[in-house]
Amino acid sequence: MDYTIVVAIELLRAVAGLVLISTGLAIIFGMMRVINIAHGEFMMLGGYTVVLSAKAGVNIWIAMLVLAPLTVGLFGVLVERLIIRHLYGRIIDTLLATWGLSLFLIGFVAVVFGNKLEGVATPFSGIAIGEYSVAAYTIFLIGAALAFVASIYLALKYSKAGLIARATMQNPEMVEALGVNSKLVFMTTFGVGAAFSGLAGALLAPISGVIPGMGVNFIGPAFITVVTGGSSIIAGTLSASGLLGSISQSTAFLAGPVYGDAMLFFAALVLLRLLPQGITGRLFTRSL
Amino acid sequence: MNRTFVNYLGPAIAVGSGILTLIFAPLILGFYEIFQLTQYVILAIFAVSMAYIWGFGGILSFGHAAVFGLGGYAYAVLAINMDSSLLAFVLAIGTCGLFSLILGYFIFYGRLNDVYLGVVTLVVALILWKLINHTSGPGYVIGDARLGGFNGIPSIPVLELPWHGGAALDPIQMFRWFLGGLIAVYVALKLLIQSKFGRIAIATKENELRATLLGYDVRQYKLLVFVIGGSIGGMAGAMWATYQTFVDPNMFSLEVSAKVLIWVMVGGVGTLLGPIAGVVLLQALSIKLGETAFINNQIVLGMILMSLVLVFPKGLLPSMELLVTRFFDRSAAQGQGVSG
Repeated sequence: MDYTIVVAIELLRAVAGLVLISTGLAIIFGMMRVINIAHGEFMMLGGYTVVLSAKAGVNIWIAMLVLAPLTVGLFGVLVERLIIRHLYGRIIDTLLATWGLSLFLIGFVAVVFGNKLEGVATPFSGIAIGEYSVAAYTIFLIGAALAFVASIYLALKYSKAGLIARATMQNPEMVEALGVNSKLVFMTTFGVGAAFSGLAGALLAPISGVIPGMGVNFIGPAFITVVTGGSSIIAGTLSASGLLGSISQSTAFLAGPVYGDAMLFFAALVLLRLLPQGITGRLFTRSL
Repeated sequence: MNRTFVNYLGPAIAVGSGILTLIFAPLILGFYEIFQLTQYVILAIFAVSMAYIWGFGGILSFGHAAVFGLGGYAYAVLAINMDSSLLAFVLAIGTCGLFSLILGYFIFYGRLNDVYLGVVTLVVALILWKLINHTSGPGYVIGDARLGGFNGIPSIPVLELPWHGGAALDPIQMFRWFLGGLIAVYVALKLLIQSKFGRIAIATKENELRATLLGYDVRQYKLLVFVIGGSIGGMAGAMWATYQTFVDPNMFSLEVSAKVLIWVMVGGVGTLLGPIAGVVLLQALSIKLGETAFINNQIVLGMILMSLVLVFPKGLLPSMELLVTRFFDRSAAQGQGVSG
């Protein structure tokens, strides 16, 4: 019984991890059909914000939950103004430019902060379940993933900004004709997506450690989850994370974590062969 | 001069100067320079394979390093296990062709579009990189070859000469054979592009729907272009392995995938010669920067990639060419007193 609970928590952790790392990306993809290749580096910046703030003596919760999303969100707006804005309608060029940004950020951070692993202390200790022990931080991350999904759902469903965002996702020209500045919507979306990426990076920093090249560890699963999910932000992220997370975690149990990643990819490849527009391109098409 | 003649002039000059280099460069240059040049030749083959699938098939792979690394590792493992390294070389190319066929089947028969294609190819290279990095234990052995994880595979047998009873290539011979390979690949691709198949592939690139409506199965054409490009890229990887006598997982890295994209973009998408110039230009730059050692290579690559997209979307060399022709057109027009 205890073992079953532990396994269930591990599965949930895998799913929650995918939700955390792909939400920021999914927001940008859902709105603009663009994959931000620098997503992993946005997460890395979030991680560095926590490390630097912690070193400066800021409370770790403020650093994680306030400073990291704020910093990376503002950085996202800057990136949108300087780069993405010029490339609307040129999807491939946007991918290439964000890839350039990704390389630049890895190199730049390595030069400024050094190419070494920085640690952040985990804020909780373990919880005992029978004779097993589960890190309390794992439970916290599962809660954070729930909070990610809930906050986006509430914002999209019940706020005016969310209404405009949903309308822009459906038909940017029509929204423009109704007097909404769709460029501004895109800018805000990119900033919000970046903020979620930064927050995810900050939340995962105590587990993964922080290093300039850390983004590589996240982008594979994140891209695959978003692409498999399709363009609906919430339904896509949830269904893809649930499916791929359980498949990869089960494989990881049996064969080791690296094979979990590989299995996640193979599952996604087969799924994309069947549903080329992602899960929400065929199923749950009208959901958020 | 009629048009066909002008069209063939550029390739003819390129092939001619290639053959001249093949014959005379080892006579003029020193041993070390030839060894360095071989590196450019191999990377040029890799760049040409990317230039072909992107420029003439419209397939923008974000993980072309996958075939480069796979070709290198396949050659390494096969050459260590087999008597004939030449056969290993051929089989390594076949491995990459087969790999591209399987991956391409999922991509093109799933009709994945631009963004999806980019993401899937990028993640494939990433997963291979991770898997190979993970193989450091003594349990990861294929025949006599230990995969070695992030340490890579050392002391790979050098490619042997064809028809010489298994004597290994010396560096000068390697330079000549590989440059010959580059010229052969260039000519073969040029002919392929001119053929009916090549034209349909270009039509597919320009407008997939229209090509479909004209009765062509675009999936087949894209798949075949992808397999050809993947095989050539794999050949470059196998050449790299025998040139270095060493492979490591970084052959699969995103940086390699990004570099090959940048070479093609610098040279201009839609040409085969431009990317070769791109290789020479950027590798020389990165060696120069490596000497200074205070600017990070990735910063430079990233800035080049961003500025290429934002400032020179047609490619650096074509943009310069355009400037030059405009300048001459204008002066010619002024000379004749014709406006506009």
